[in-house]
Amino acid sequence: MTNDKIMMKGTEAMGEAAIRAGCKLYFGYPITPQSELPEYMSRRLPEIDGTFLQAESEVAAVNMVYGAACTGTRVMTSTSSPGFSLMMEGVSYIAGAELPAVFINVVRGGPGLGDIQPAQSDYFQGTKGGGHGDYRLICLAPSTLQEAVDHISLAFDMADKYRTPALIIADGMLGQMMEPVTLPEFSNNDLKAVHEGWALRGTNGREKHMVTSFDIDPVKLEKMNERYQATYKKIENNEVRVEEYLMEDAEYAFVAYGTMARILKTTIKMAREEGIKVGLIRPITLWPFPYKAVEKAAEKCKFLMSVEMSAGQMLEDVRLGVNGKVPTPFYGRMGGVVPTPTEVLNALKKEMGV
Amino acid sequence: MAEKLIMKRPEALTDKEFTYCPGCLHGVAHRLVAEILDEMELTQNTIMVAPVGCSVFAYEFFNVDGTVAAHGRATAVATGIKRAMPDKTVFTYQGDGDLAAIGTAETVHSANRGEKFTTIFINNAIYGMTGGQMAPTTLEGMKTTTSPYGRDVNDVGYPVHVCELLQNLKGVAYLERVALFTPQQIQKAKKAIKKAFIAQQKGLGYSLIEVVSTCPTNWGQTPLESIEWAKDKMISEYPLGVFVDRVGDDK
Repeated sequence: MTNDKIMMKGTEAMGEAAIRAGCKLYFGYPITPQSELPEYMSRRLPEIDGTFLQAESEVAAVNMVYGAACTGTRVMTSTSSPGFSLMMEGVSYIAGAELPAVFINVVRGGPGLGDIQPAQSDYFQGTKGGGHGDYRLICLAPSTLQEAVDHISLAFDMADKYRTPALIIADGMLGQMMEPVTLPEFSNNDLKAVHEGWALRGTNGREKHMVTSFDIDPVKLEKMNERYQATYKKIENNEVRVEEYLMEDAEYAFVAYGTMARILKTTIKMAREEGIKVGLIRPITLWPFPYKAVEKAAEKCKFLMSVEMSAGQMLEDVRLGVNGKVPTPFYGRMGGVVPTPTEVLNALKKEMGV
Repeated sequence: MAEKLIMKRPEALTDKEFTYCPGCLHGVAHRLVAEILDEMELTQNTIMVAPVGCSVFAYEFFNVDGTVAAHGRATAVATGIKRAMPDKTVFTYQGDGDLAAIGTAETVHSANRGEKFTTIFINNAIYGMTGGQMAPTTLEGMKTTTSPYGRDVNDVGYPVHVCELLQNLKGVAYLERVALFTPQQIQKAKKAIKKAFIAQQKGLGYSLIEVVSTCPTNWGQTPLESIEWAKDKMISEYPLGVFVDRVGDDK
């Protein structure tokens, strides 16, 4: 790993990280606030003999991802909220066909056309489904550009390991801001062998391979579903990631992810200067959700306050973890409005009754 | 007397029994594609994409690596496969609802990009799998379960002519409409399919063979009636012929 820090825009840093992680194909469709990512890939992928293709729609893009993933080659796409909605059909098929692929959703204000400002209102879509059927997406939520860069190779590795799609939930802030990052070295992984047992590459003398999410026999389809669930159980057991920030002595806890969590570190500094012992639980994986960290905090904190750039979506998982032990107030802004550290501090104090 | 093998199941077909209705021509179309894959020695290096529709199980019938796309998305999936594995032969097998209704955008843009794979397009003017609903290719006045009074073109528009629609796109390398109603037509269809795969092998661009077919079950006819009806009604709406040929006489 080189320690040279370079100043990069979020979308471009994620694109370069993907290339260094061995991503060979990118299919996408322009949408603000992440269009610099396909632009970057269109410049960069030809330099490594990779493939960039601008699809006619997000619907086509996700199915191109499906096709490339069928061959066991590292492939990704990126989009923003309305585009990710269009991809939901394909995501469900990719999950059902047990294909490794990486998605980035640079979330913007919704619903509908919404706006192009940073938001966290696609939490349900990423963690609870969005597409049809009993499937899960590994959801990584970086809060800095460096973490976003690091999450790219992690997402590819987990997608390959578990043969399941992985999603990076960024937001318009992470996509658009510039920050110094250290890029990883180029991956030398020879991934061809990893997927030799199932990938579609022509039979060449072996038995044919079939990749599908389909079985007309409900008993067999249930077996397939049981296999998916067994994979999800493994992921829940192995891959929960969470940052606990100043939680040792905390009497109150925020729960927040991504850009919101980063802002709350400032709020916490301000609060602690006033003698309020507040900490932060920052889920890094939104699915699998760090229920245990939340449960542990509920043993000692007076309340856990979920703070989101949404109407309160992660709040439901916080409440599952807290399980009624302490109150779970909520503070959030919607429509692409980013809360300031001060307004969250005021919301905290209001809940404390001071 | 020693036995002499004069005909056998193509290597490119599995032993699995077809699930198609009596009189359905999917079996003939499958066999023609399989024979060409064998003849051109492509079977071991082919990846296929089945659609949603009656031929959703096609990936089980062909003895090649294969997958099933979401409804209408076969050419997008094939684009991803071919871009990842440019040395492989890739084909999609799609019906009229899949290719010319829900998948129109994917069809047009894959053709326009000149994607180097082949599409076998079965046009039987109806949705078979879902039970005989109106297709984009349903003939004017034709009764289906969702056009019980006959297709009213003033209300729901006209039959979509896929070859005529695609023929002006410069990415298309080979485009022909064939039928399977006589032995001669079947021979011609086989030659057309071969040319489509040659176009792909040579990297000339997108190739599509429209196969005018029947659906005795949902047309409410016997297999023989459906063939006679198609010879008359289908061929007059969908004239057979070559629309684009950038392969030439190259064999």
